[in-house]
Amino acid sequence: MSMIEIKGLVKAFGDLEVLKGIDQNVEEGEVLCIIGPSGSGKSTMLRCINRLEEPTGGEIYIDGNLVTEENIDKMRSKMGMVFQSFNLFPHKSVIENLTIGPVNVRKESENDAAEKAMRLLERVGLAEKAEEYPRNLSGGQQQRVAIARALTMDPDVLLFDEPTSALDPEMVGEVLDVMKDLARDGMTMVVVTHEMGFAREVADKVIFMDEGYIVEEGSPEEVLGNPKMERTKDFLSKVL
Amino acid sequence: MEFYLKGFLIACRGIPATVIVSLVAIVMGAAIGLLLALCSQVKSRILRAIAKVYVDIVRGTPMLVQALIMAYGIPQLVQSWGIDFKWTDYGGMAIPAVIVCGLNSAAYMSEVIRSGIQAIDKGQMEAARSLGMSHGMAMRLVIIPQAVRIILPAFANEFVTLIKETSVLGYVGVVEILRHGQLWNSSSYQTFPAYIGVAIAYMILTIPLSKLINGYERKMARKEAAA
Repeated sequence: MSMIEIKGLVKAFGDLEVLKGIDQNVEEGEVLCIIGPSGSGKSTMLRCINRLEEPTGGEIYIDGNLVTEENIDKMRSKMGMVFQSFNLFPHKSVIENLTIGPVNVRKESENDAAEKAMRLLERVGLAEKAEEYPRNLSGGQQQRVAIARALTMDPDVLLFDEPTSALDPEMVGEVLDVMKDLARDGMTMVVVTHEMGFAREVADKVIFMDEGYIVEEGSPEEVLGNPKMERTKDFLSKVL
Repeated sequence: MEFYLKGFLIACRGIPATVIVSLVAIVMGAAIGLLLALCSQVKSRILRAIAKVYVDIVRGTPMLVQALIMAYGIPQLVQSWGIDFKWTDYGGMAIPAVIVCGLNSAAYMSEVIRSGIQAIDKGQMEAARSLGMSHGMAMRLVIIPQAVRIILPAFANEFVTLIKETSVLGYVGVVEILRHGQLWNSSSYQTFPAYIGVAIAYMILTIPLSKLINGYERKMARKEAAA
């Protein structure tokens, strides 16, 4: 059984069809990188997986369970999400950003949640920033906190929506390092990214999307090193 | 000079009534206003329509007219159904006065709260939902606490407005600041001192509040600039 199963996923905004029938599986422990030009539907596909966008058609299964409007809160807690613009809660300190989910959604005790939060902050190298507020952190640090926050619910899957696109170039590396570390530990990850180097190094599978379709998929060597489709070649020649 | 001091002291006797009515009304207004603001955000068309009609009615009519309907119109209507109903049996004329002020400020507060909620980046709701929070929990823990900081100045401004608006309540039997002044004027004929005293009594309440709001806004602006 796949960790994520996407079957016939369609998404339209009014008349505009953004996803035109996507089928894709992600296995446990696999890192899937989604690349493609802007407007290709890659972020929309990611956001449909945890229903931040409501699919127009098709089905999504997480660990064999169909995701529906009714079970969405429960399903979302199995999927951590990391956003392009971090979306940390500015009125909460770093540690409170990490305990708010476990304490309120899973009713963990403040102590247990804080203990786990400190372990996660150590993992992303920011334990000393626990009492700071997000606005006092650099972009790279904020994104690392956001990754730690996504891990607080012990998710089976992490979804990354262009996690380094809003960062100054010198901060991209620290965030990618945290992500590589997670991949090595066997976390199942779906990453929408423009970082081809990251995709090449970490991904088990790369899919290239364009105009709402998956144009090409395969290992990083196949898709990035030796693309078969013209559109993939064209895109890669522009970004590499 | 003596008359001015007297006029001022007489007007000050109305301060407790004005303050109590305003305080109860602003709390009521904030609570109902929040409810209306949340109604205007939901998917249900009926709830959205109710919130909209309510705000339109309240904002489209003078508070004095609303107060007269509540204080005198409604008891007569209820009595015409054969039920013995007098506000004086239910705590006095301050009760309809507070209700009208509260319902009135709720309409204005709902707009203030709604714009505060809309000012919060939608990524905040998405981040909260992606942690598995329900919509209500995300509102309570993430959106509303941030919106409160944004709307605090507008909230306090509404309180200042409300304090001044309560001056119409003399017409429905509440002896507040203005009514005290009017009563003294009609016995002493010291018209100018009486109403100057009334004006100063209102200013004692409103000016410190306005200063407080300005200070808060300056502090927030500095914080923004530092971030």
